[in-house]
Amino acid sequence: MKHLLSIEQLSREEIEGILDRAESFAEVGRRDIKKVPTLRGRTVVSLFYESSTRTSSSFDLAAKRLSADVVSVKAAGSSVEKGESLKDTVATLSAYDPAAIVIRHPYAGAAQMVAGWTTAAVVNAGDGKHEHPSQALLDVYTLRRKLGSLEGIRIWIVGDVLHSRVARSNLIAFTRMGAEVTVCGPPTLIPRGIEELGCEVSYNLDGVEEADVVYALRMQKERMSESFVPSLREYAASFQIDSRRLEPRQLLMHPGPVNRGVELSGEAIDSPQSLITEQVAAGLVVRMAILYELLAGAEGAPSGEGEGSRPTPIGTSA
Amino acid sequence: MSLTDLLDVRSGENAHLVLRRATVLDPVANINAIHDVVIREGTIAALASPGEADTDGAEVVEAEGLHAFPAFFDPHVHLRTPGQEHKEDVETGTRAAAAGGYCGIIAMANTSPPVSTAADVAALREQARAGASVPVGFLATVSKGMKGEELTEMVELREAGALGFSDDGLPIVDAGLMRRALQYQHLCGGNIALHEEDPALSRDGVMHEGPVSAVLGLAGIPSVSESTMVARDAGLAGYERARIHVQHLSAAESVGVVRAAKAAGVQISAEASPHHLCLTDEAVRGLDPHRAKMNPPLREERDRQALVEGLRDGTIECIATDHAPHQPEEKDVPFEQAAMGVTGLETAFAALHTELVLPGVIDLGLLVERMGGGAGPFDLERPSLAPGSEANVVLCDLGAEWTVGEDGYESRSANSWCAGQTLTGRVLMTVAAGQVAFRLRSFSLGVAS
Repeated sequence: MKHLLSIEQLSREEIEGILDRAESFAEVGRRDIKKVPTLRGRTVVSLFYESSTRTSSSFDLAAKRLSADVVSVKAAGSSVEKGESLKDTVATLSAYDPAAIVIRHPYAGAAQMVAGWTTAAVVNAGDGKHEHPSQALLDVYTLRRKLGSLEGIRIWIVGDVLHSRVARSNLIAFTRMGAEVTVCGPPTLIPRGIEELGCEVSYNLDGVEEADVVYALRMQKERMSESFVPSLREYAASFQIDSRRLEPRQLLMHPGPVNRGVELSGEAIDSPQSLITEQVAAGLVVRMAILYELLAGAEGAPSGEGEGSRPTPIGTSA
Repeated sequence: MSLTDLLDVRSGENAHLVLRRATVLDPVANINAIHDVVIREGTIAALASPGEADTDGAEVVEAEGLHAFPAFFDPHVHLRTPGQEHKEDVETGTRAAAAGGYCGIIAMANTSPPVSTAADVAALREQARAGASVPVGFLATVSKGMKGEELTEMVELREAGALGFSDDGLPIVDAGLMRRALQYQHLCGGNIALHEEDPALSRDGVMHEGPVSAVLGLAGIPSVSESTMVARDAGLAGYERARIHVQHLSAAESVGVVRAAKAAGVQISAEASPHHLCLTDEAVRGLDPHRAKMNPPLREERDRQALVEGLRDGTIECIATDHAPHQPEEKDVPFEQAAMGVTGLETAFAALHTELVLPGVIDLGLLVERMGGGAGPFDLERPSLAPGSEANVVLCDLGAEWTVGEDGYESRSANSWCAGQTLTGRVLMTVAAGQVAFRLRSFSLGVAS
């Protein structure tokens, strides 16, 4: 695997491989010294054209835990504001000879284009409304830890599917891991033809009680002005996941950031069924595993480096 | 009227040629046989028996095994001048046309600024007389500055030589303004060519709305954004007994609307572009902005089939390239940000020959007929090989394989939708308005010996 551009590109075995690797990093995370020397002397550039808290901080921390040097570039405050094109920005950053470029961009296909312009490994940290593969991997990781396997698990993805890259990547990842997925939301926010990805479609929450996992999506306030839904009040009345709708045996997930009181009620977020904080914790180890697979895994390992496939804690002789 | 009565071209030496033993196919003139095509003083002087033409000092082109067709006519080209000459201009655009086998093209008016005054038209005609390799006609905009608010001075524009009118690039959103333009057509004449799109439905869409856009997370342009506008304008044209030409049909529903309107007696003509006839939205899956982003968008297989059927039954009378040059920096960006449009003049015939004729979807005669069908809607006589006609001839090698772009392009821009593809069928020589407009370099070297 040279780049991580989409979930679509990954087989079930490749997904399992990354998650197994993440498990081993979880073990490292329980030690006092949480750092391994794997990427010592190598550079990871994170290039974010959109605001992000979880994804950018966890990729940065993941790279640092692997001992890489990290350069974080945000579009705001950079030459992007002066009109520099993506291609030129990538050429500039590539001059530092980075091992990896982690990119978040508001438009679909951006990461793929970047992969054509640099010799670095490219990680798609979200491209427009297209894909967000590291999110899908951390969500599968979270569920796998909780349930053992996703085989036969029924998952409902609820909310603004139309504008959600998380919905698309997760739908692909969940089905690839053997889960049965239903996407649910108002007809205005379900893309025409989404069934092609192998899911069921529901325009209301009838039947959600059958789900093992309810995955709620963020409902952005600007959707009101475009008449996708008449009001947040009506949206919440029809689609909010609250303690009344959530069965005690069901698990609740959300990619964050949450609009409390819109897609989720406060008590649902804070309930023991909620995996939201587990998801964030999983983000770190899964992103470490992604960088490891790309830069130090079997194919990506620089020749002559004496590291095995197992991460070695810093300070111990390899 | 013949092409040069209404179109402008650089005047040069009249062709004096014999295409010896060419396979001559002109489905309209009902010619399909091997002849020596004798071109004298820029006119088709005779179709002589093979090998028997009196060469009389003419250049002899050994054309055995090659096909001579009436040269093609493209009613939809963006020459980008004035204002965007870094993409194309009259000289490069008409060279591209000649290389594609065209003897005439119609330039769209959505330049910067748009062609909205008589002076704009006069200046363009002057440029064409100075540097066009093939005859060019110019449309003027329907609305002043393409703003969709007020009509241009359509009578004066016609007097200045505007062939017709179009706000192509943008739809005429205001139905009231559209109706006024159709009423006014009874005074000024000239067809009105329409880019049909309801922006309230297409919104910020960048590709066809369907399963592929759902998977890619791209905002979709639904088929109904086109077909409902075609229906509106067919209704208005029928009511006003006016005439419209519907540009670049893309959706099955639109083909149905045009077919029904024709059956109801509406004066409506329609065109389809090679990329819509050859590709579907599956081509967008790779998110390549160079070959798969245009407006109207590539639609689904059922739409493509409907376009082919429309071409067959005459609902769509002509093929138009919608040649839309762009520079690399406008295309080397993520799909959603990339400029809409692809070039097509140099590849239209070869692409359609490869994708539709060779697999047996349509026959060669139909392709040749439809490649010249764009003249009629604009009151021009279609190119013909009948003796006595002005010489508008394209000589093709239907067996020649070539890779698009490997020798560069005559166009200033390289955003071909079929760049890198190997096509079968190549234009070797084009005679337009009686003058040799193009020779493929390798072919003319062969002739010189």
